[in-house]
Amino acid sequence: MMNAPNPQNQPPGQGFANRRTFVRVAAGGIGLCYAAALGYPVYRYLESPIEKAEGLVIVNEVTLPEARKLGPGTALMFKFGSRPAMLIHHANDQWVALIAVCKHLGCTVQYQAEKDRIYCACHGGVYNSYTGANISGPPPKPLDRLDVKLSEAAVVVSRPSQPA
Amino acid sequence: MKNLIHSAYWWTDERLDLGGLEAFVKHKTVPQHAHSFWYYWGGLSLLFFLVQIFTGVLLLVYYRPGPDAYESVRQITFNTSFGWLIRSAHSWAANLMIATVSIHMFSVYFMKAYRKPREFGWWTGLGLLGLAMVFGFSGYLLPMDQLAFFATKVGLDIPSQLPVLGPKLAALVRGSLEVNEYTVQRFFALHAVILPLLFVPLLGLHLWLVQKHGNALPPSEERKPAAQRKSIPFFPNFLMKDLAMWLIAINVLAVLASLYPWDLGAQADPIQPAPVGIHPEWYFMSAFQVLKVLGDWIPGKAGEFVGLGLFTVAIIGWMLVPLYDANSQAGRRARNATYFGLLLLIASIATTLWGYLAI
Repeated sequence: MMNAPNPQNQPPGQGFANRRTFVRVAAGGIGLCYAAALGYPVYRYLESPIEKAEGLVIVNEVTLPEARKLGPGTALMFKFGSRPAMLIHHANDQWVALIAVCKHLGCTVQYQAEKDRIYCACHGGVYNSYTGANISGPPPKPLDRLDVKLSEAAVVVSRPSQPA
Repeated sequence: MKNLIHSAYWWTDERLDLGGLEAFVKHKTVPQHAHSFWYYWGGLSLLFFLVQIFTGVLLLVYYRPGPDAYESVRQITFNTSFGWLIRSAHSWAANLMIATVSIHMFSVYFMKAYRKPREFGWWTGLGLLGLAMVFGFSGYLLPMDQLAFFATKVGLDIPSQLPVLGPKLAALVRGSLEVNEYTVQRFFALHAVILPLLFVPLLGLHLWLVQKHGNALPPSEERKPAAQRKSIPFFPNFLMKDLAMWLIAINVLAVLASLYPWDLGAQADPIQPAPVGIHPEWYFMSAFQVLKVLGDWIPGKAGEFVGLGLFTVAIIGWMLVPLYDANSQAGRRARNATYFGLLLLIASIATTLWGYLAI
């Protein structure tokens, strides 16, 4: 906020007011520079572990040797990169893999074999256990799907070749 | 000997004006009327805060933030003499403090103690409540058990829904892409250093304002002629009653902390699903239930935004009430403020109960 020039206290002419304005703007600008010079390293310092984690090699594929023994109607939790994921071996011998992070507020979802559905215990979201589609509750979107390839020795889960 | 004490007193009094303090304490009175009971709840909140400092410093002796967090809390709870009691008292007193602060806040609201000249008492009080909630949220993660892990995950996912700055801000607080040892380390710094640095001076200002303005009279007392109002001296009469309330509160805390020791769940495991029946602590239950129900009624992100918008409007209305109902005795604005308070009180109790029934 700038004060209107007061004719009683100020010498005639605009020079004084202009100089005062200049000093104010310059002081404000220098202050901002100092704040930025201080703030930027502090921000980068606090953010450092996130940068490191993002800089890690992006996981495209996970091999699960023990998953070959997974019985029908059960699920296996595993880590896909930094995120929890889920491999379901359906009773009809269909294999489905999904990122197990609820699309609502990020809780880890679970497979409920008796109801053959994926359930989030935090806020009651329900997903289809074959497609990952959101069925009821608060989730706004389907779960992210992963591709499954079966081999003799292992189950290989990978990022979908075509994003759904 | 008596002479020595006397001359020491005069020596100090000359420099620090102890006489002025003495006169203040002597002349301070507390009004007495049908609603005087509610004057104790600020003091009770203060007591529980002091318990938090005492037990918190004791926990600090053994607690280790970072990757060791869960193990160190397990050792405090099961391998350290009376560790379970110190930790249990810290958790219980935290809950009791939120409870007494809430009672204090609603009694101040309905007695209209926020009116001129006490607006800053109201605002500093709300600031303290906000800080207390951040204390609660950050302290909840420190044991790093399963419940703590998911509470923090959900708690940080709510701000990350906000457009543009939301995800960055949440990541900065989380210190990582997932809730892990980095998160617990910075929550610890927040809980044990930053928040106390903010809380203590704000509490000092709040208490100074109470001394400056004295206890507020509810409108029903204000209407009486001054000759009919009663009051008692603060020292020693009210102080003794205050201390008696503190004694009751300490007994309640001791019974709860020793008969219902605070639980430690299984260690947080980032690939384990959230356990069925997981729910927030009672003081977040109302907000939890409102978000859950709105999420059911309005699908997608819209439900969340409606919920968060509703909370924001209610909180702003609550904060600005001293400006709306500034000095009316029993006018229309005073009645509206009372109805708004009743609406919020009933709505939060009802949604809390609903939340527990729906688990």
